[in-house]
Amino acid sequence: MSIKINNLTHIYNEGTAMAKTAIDDINLEISDGEFIGLIGHTGSGKSTLIQHLNALIKPSRGEILLNGVDINAEKSKLKSIRQRVGLVFQYPEHQLFEMTVYKDVCYGPTNLGLSEVEIDQRAKKALETVGIGEEIYEKSPFELSGGQKRRVAIAGILAMQPDVLILDEPTAGLDPKGRDEILNAIDEMHKRLGIIVILVSHSMEDVARLVDRIIVMHHGKIVVTGTSKEVFGQAKMLESIGLAAPQVSYVMMGLKEKGFNVPQDVYTIDEATEVLYSMLKQVK
Amino acid sequence: MIRDITIGQYYMVDSPIHSLDPRLKLIATFVYVICLFIINDVYTYAFSMLALAGIIAVSKVPLKFIMRGIKSIIVIIIFTAIINVLTTKGTHVLYELGWFTVTLEGVYMATKMVVRLIMLIVSSSLLTLTTTPIQLTDGIEYLLKPFQKIGVPSHEIAMMMTIALRFIPTLLDETDKIMKAQQARGADFETGGLMEKAKSLVPILVPLFISAFRRADELAMAMEARCYHGGDNRTRMNVMALQKNDYYAMAVICGFVVCLIIIMLVM
Repeated sequence: MSIKINNLTHIYNEGTAMAKTAIDDINLEISDGEFIGLIGHTGSGKSTLIQHLNALIKPSRGEILLNGVDINAEKSKLKSIRQRVGLVFQYPEHQLFEMTVYKDVCYGPTNLGLSEVEIDQRAKKALETVGIGEEIYEKSPFELSGGQKRRVAIAGILAMQPDVLILDEPTAGLDPKGRDEILNAIDEMHKRLGIIVILVSHSMEDVARLVDRIIVMHHGKIVVTGTSKEVFGQAKMLESIGLAAPQVSYVMMGLKEKGFNVPQDVYTIDEATEVLYSMLKQVK
Repeated sequence: MIRDITIGQYYMVDSPIHSLDPRLKLIATFVYVICLFIINDVYTYAFSMLALAGIIAVSKVPLKFIMRGIKSIIVIIIFTAIINVLTTKGTHVLYELGWFTVTLEGVYMATKMVVRLIMLIVSSSLLTLTTTPIQLTDGIEYLLKPFQKIGVPSHEIAMMMTIALRFIPTLLDETDKIMKAQQARGADFETGGLMEKAKSLVPILVPLFISAFRRADELAMAMEARCYHGGDNRTRMNVMALQKNDYYAMAVICGFVVCLIIIMLVM
């Protein structure tokens, strides 16, 4: 599965006085199995962009190719596109509605018109992937904890077995434990299933730790794209568009200013721990 | 998109009608509507129409916006016309159609009802077009105050209306989001029979209700945290006071009613 975006532009309320360009002539290519981090401050067009990828929003101009096929070409294939590109919205637990956890996860596969056996298999597999045990299957989704609810909601998308999984700030509003659980589940999924994962996040730490490639958006345009070292190396530029490098890189910068010879391309806490620990050892 | 729906059709422009006291506008509309139900002949109709046209001209609201209100009730208008034409008994038979007879009286009656309906809609939509929802609820609150003695909670009614209006766009936004989220799970709201369509609404309505209740809870908490406890001893930021223009408007309304009575007596 590969995604190619050509000259994508989206204008809300086009032709009226309230017209607003949310996406401005974007070109992008995502190849199979990539783990992408999409960052940008509020209103930069991230959400609009990801909703284009499963045809929830139609482009004003330009095209989106999924394996070389324009997804907006034929209306009849909408369901198949939404099956292949799974989109987990912000606060996905707000979309839960069924009486039991199990039934809610079955909603997606049922809409795809699969056989009952297949639906059952997919639902159970999806719930297992996000770490929801069988003892919770028959509970009402509304009596679960915040983190559990969110995992059930993500399972609802996973049960459709998409080739591309897009998550819009999946950790917003969760406590640190819930956040780690979700992120670890996503990371594991990416490794095990080999699907494309696009993670929209405001946490530079999470992005630096998890993704292969970062895409930075600002005012509807892609400002820069590259590995975390390439992107976070430009801390000044990121700050100028309302973002920042991961906090640990500022620690490293501070240390360098104080005269310690520490590497500057350290963006995760694990890396930093390692570097500083080995330096301390040498000092001794 | 669902977000494009606008509720509360306030048309923002600076006109003498817009700046009138909302209480006065409410009363004026009320008086005018009552007049519409009293008038009965061509002369009074013509006079009322003329008065309405004059107010529309002063209000600077484009006719296009006013006509929009009529468009939404066109079915009711047509239905009224047909019922009136077919059921009014009369002596001047124009046409016979099985059990129904179309009479001159019927046509006359239907025309009258349709014109009355249109004027009713135009006059009341003129009120909402020239008054912001907040002003309107403030006005209603004030006018309901005398009824507090017989147990009408005027402040609470106005507060409820204000909150409801405030949350319409929020809930529309929420609906849009939930619809998209379910569509991403393969939901299909367009095809299928009536039963299937109704069934497909469940995944939207359940989350929508839950979120509405949650919001209501949070809002109540936030209001209580700021010591809200109903309307007793509450002062307002904008105290409504009658201006010079309001007195002129009052004179115009009285003049209109007096003229109407004179026309009715003379003709």
